[in-house]
Amino acid sequence: MSARGAGRHALPTQGTGTLAGAGVLWRSMLRTSRWGIAIWALALVGLLYYMALAVNEVLGAQGLQARAAIIGLPAGAMLSGPGYGLDNYTLEVMVANELLGLYAVMVGIMSLRLAVRHTRTDEEAGRTELLRALPVGRLAPVTAALATCLLANVVVSGLMLAALLLLGFPLPGSVGFCLGLMLVGLVFAAIGALCAQLSSSARTAASLAGAVLALAYLLRAVGDASEPGGNVLSWLTPVGWIQQQRLFVEQRWWPLLLVVAMLIAVGLASFLLQQRREVGAGLLPQRAGRDRARALGRRVIGVGARLDRGRLFGWTVSILVAAVLTGSLAGPVADAFRDLPQLQAVLGLRGGQAALQEIVVAAMATFLVFFAMVVAIFAVQGAHRLRRDESLGRVELLLATAVSRWWVMGSQLLLNVAGCAWLLVIAGFGLGVGAQPGMGEAVLGTFIAAALWNLPVVACWLALSMLALGLGRGAVLVWIGLVACIVVGMYGPLLNLPQSVLDAEPFTSVNALEIVHEQASMLVPAGYALAAAILAALALILYSRRDLGR
Amino acid sequence: MGQAIVEFSKLSKRFGKIQALDGLDLELEPGQIHGFLGPNGAGKTTAIRVLLGMLRADSGRVRLFGADPWNRAVQLHRRLAYVPGEVTLWPRLTGGEVIDLLTSLRGATNEQRRAEMIERFELDPTRKTRTYSKGNRQKVALVAALASDVDLLVLDEPTSGLDPLMELVFQQAVAEAAARGTAVLLSSHILAEVEKLCSQVTIIREGRTVESGSLQQLRHLTRSHVVLGSDIPAHVLAGLAAVHELHSQQAVHRFSVEPDGIEEVLAILRGYAVHSFSCTPPSLEELFLHHYTSAGR
Repeated sequence: MSARGAGRHALPTQGTGTLAGAGVLWRSMLRTSRWGIAIWALALVGLLYYMALAVNEVLGAQGLQARAAIIGLPAGAMLSGPGYGLDNYTLEVMVANELLGLYAVMVGIMSLRLAVRHTRTDEEAGRTELLRALPVGRLAPVTAALATCLLANVVVSGLMLAALLLLGFPLPGSVGFCLGLMLVGLVFAAIGALCAQLSSSARTAASLAGAVLALAYLLRAVGDASEPGGNVLSWLTPVGWIQQQRLFVEQRWWPLLLVVAMLIAVGLASFLLQQRREVGAGLLPQRAGRDRARALGRRVIGVGARLDRGRLFGWTVSILVAAVLTGSLAGPVADAFRDLPQLQAVLGLRGGQAALQEIVVAAMATFLVFFAMVVAIFAVQGAHRLRRDESLGRVELLLATAVSRWWVMGSQLLLNVAGCAWLLVIAGFGLGVGAQPGMGEAVLGTFIAAALWNLPVVACWLALSMLALGLGRGAVLVWIGLVACIVVGMYGPLLNLPQSVLDAEPFTSVNALEIVHEQASMLVPAGYALAAAILAALALILYSRRDLGR
Repeated sequence: MGQAIVEFSKLSKRFGKIQALDGLDLELEPGQIHGFLGPNGAGKTTAIRVLLGMLRADSGRVRLFGADPWNRAVQLHRRLAYVPGEVTLWPRLTGGEVIDLLTSLRGATNEQRRAEMIERFELDPTRKTRTYSKGNRQKVALVAALASDVDLLVLDEPTSGLDPLMELVFQQAVAEAAARGTAVLLSSHILAEVEKLCSQVTIIREGRTVESGSLQQLRHLTRSHVVLGSDIPAHVLAGLAAVHELHSQQAVHRFSVEPDGIEEVLAILRGYAVHSFSCTPPSLEELFLHHYTSAGR
C-alpha cells in the first residue's frame, strides 16, 4: 500500500509509535484514580502538618532534646532514621529524622498500588486487551500508568512542600524532604510496574513490590540501629538514601542522585520487558498443576486455607524477621541506659538492675503493641477474598452446591482467627528469640503468651471487616478506623489529643505483659473477646440474610 | 404428572428503581428440558438466582423440588448442578481441582462420567484456571455439573464461549442427561440450540412471561410460510381470511397462513393443478422476534 493510501486510513490525531494513545489512557486513569490520589495527598500532608504542630505544643524545645536521647538508642533509630542532628534536635530535624522513613513507606505504598492497578490489574481483567486492539502503542499503558504515579507524587510532594514552608522550615531542607519523597515514590511506582511485568497476577505483583518496599525499610532500620548515622545497610536502599541527605543539619544533595539512577534503571527495565512481552503473559513461568484435588481441596475450609496460604507465608516471614530484629534491640537498649545515667534521670528512674530490666520489658511491651497493630492489618484483610469472590461470582458457584452461607463466611472467620493467632505467636516467638541474649533470662514463653493476649483485640478487627461484608459494604470505614487507631496508638502522646481519645484506642489498652505477670486483670481482653464474638455472630446473620450479588 | 421440579408463580424482584422480575411464571416438570428465552436484561439470570436462593423474591411464589429455595438452599442444592453464564474460577487452582471441589461439595462424584466428560470436552485439567479462555472456564463448570448425579441441571447461557464443535458435544451431553431422567432448565440465546434440545419453552420479556408451552403449541400461535406452485388465480387465494402477505408471480404463490387456515387452503386447491407445495412451520427465531417486535413496545 502506498504511503498516501496508508495515510488516508490512519487515525487523524494519534501517533503510530509504541506510545500512541498514552495521553488518552493517562486521562482515563486519572479519572479512575483522582479521588484515591486526593485522599492520599490530604491524609499524608494533613497528618504531617498536624503532627509538627502538635509536637511543638506537647514537647517544646526541651522535650524534643529529651526525645533525641531516646531516638538515638538503637530501638529508636530502628523506627526513625540515622539520627543526624541529635545534639540539637529542633522540630525540623525531628521531622526529617523520624518521619521521612515512615513517609517514604507511605508514598511507596501509594505509588506501587497505583502502578499495579493501572497495569496488571487492567491486563488481568482483560481491559488492556480491549485497549491494545485500538490504535494504542505497546508501551502506552505502562507509560500512562507511570505518568499517573508521577502526577500523584508531584501532588503529594508539592502540597507537602507548601505545608513545610508554612511551618517555617528552611527552604533547602524542605525541598530535599519533598524531592526525596517524590523520587522514592517514583522508584516504587517503577518497581510496581516491573513486578507487574514479572507476574501475571495483580495480587502477586503487588505483594512482590510490597515485599521489596518492606525489605528496603527493614535494611535501613537495621543499619541505622547498628550505629549512629547508619552503616552499610543504610546505604543499600532508596529509603536509606533520602534519609542520608542529613536534612536540616549539614545537608548534602548527592544521595538523591542514587535514587535518580535507580529510578532510571528500574524504569528502563520495565519498559524493556513490556516491549518484549505478550499481552496477558507473565515472565515467571506457569507450571502445570494437579489434575485431581487432594482431600482438603474438596472442602470449603481446605480450599480457603490453600488460597490464603501464600498470604500467610509472606506475613509469617515478614513478622518473624521484624520481630527477631526488634527483639535483638533489648541488649542495646539495656546497655544504652546503663551507660547514660542522665537518661535515667530524665525518665525518672533510680538506678539498679531491676529498674533497667523494667525499662527493657516496657520497651518490649511497646513493641508487642506494635506487632498487634500489624497483625490487625492482616485481620482486616480477612474479608477481602470473600468480597472479591462474591463480586466475581465465585461465591455463587460455591453456594449453588450444598454449602451454607454460614459456613462460607464461618470457615473464613475460623481460618483468619487461626492465622492471626499464628502470626501473634510468631511475633512473640521472634521477639523472645531476639531478646533472650540481651535480657539474660528465659523470656520466650512469656512473650508468646503476652502476644496471644492481643488476639481478642485483633479478632475484633477481623469481625468488623466481616460485618462490613455481612452488610454488603466495602471495608473502607474499617480501614480508616484501623489507621486512626494505629496512628493514635503510636503517636498519641505526641498528637495533643484529649485523654478520652487516647483511652478509646484499643491496642494500648491491653497490657499483655502485665497480664502474663499477673499484674493486670484479664478483664479487658475478655471484653474484647466477647465483643468479637458478638460482631462475628452479627456478621454471619447478616451475611446469610442478604441478597448476594456480583 | 408428578410434582413440578421448578415452579415460579407471579415472581417479582426489584433492584432499586429497576423492576427485574415482574410477575414471572414458569413450571418445569420432571424429565423436561425447558428452554428459558429472553433478550439481555429480561430477567433470566435474576430468576435463576432467586431459584438458587442467592436472591430473595419480593413477592410471588418460588418452589424448587416443592420447597422454598431461600430457606432450604443447602438440602435442595444436593439435587442440582448449576453452570453460570459468566464463569470465574479461582486462578490458583487447576481445572481438575475446581471440578473436584464443586462435585465433592455437591455430594458424590461420578468418576466415570468425570473422566469421560473431560475427554469429550477436550479439557486439560492440569492447567491453572487463570490460563483458561472463557470457553475453557465454561467447560470446567460444565464438566463439574455433568459429573454429578443430580435431578436438575440449571444452565445459564452455558455455551456462549464454546466453539461449534464443543457446542455439539454439549448438546449431546445434555440430551444424555435428560435421557437419564435429569430435568434441565436451559437459559439461552442460541435459538437453534433450544429448538434442538428443548421440549418446553418459556419466553420472558421485561421480567414477565410472555409465552410458555411446548414448542408445538407455540408454533400454533404463529403463521406458517407456504410456497405454492399452482394455476389457482391469485385473487382466489387473496379472498381467504387466513392468508396474508401474498406475493404471486406467474404460477408461484408465496404467502403466510394462520395456523388454523391450512386446511382451508388445501380445501380450496381442490380442482386446480398443483405442481408443488411446501409449508414451513415458524422457526423459534420467528416466534422470538414475533414476541419482541410486535408484542407492544
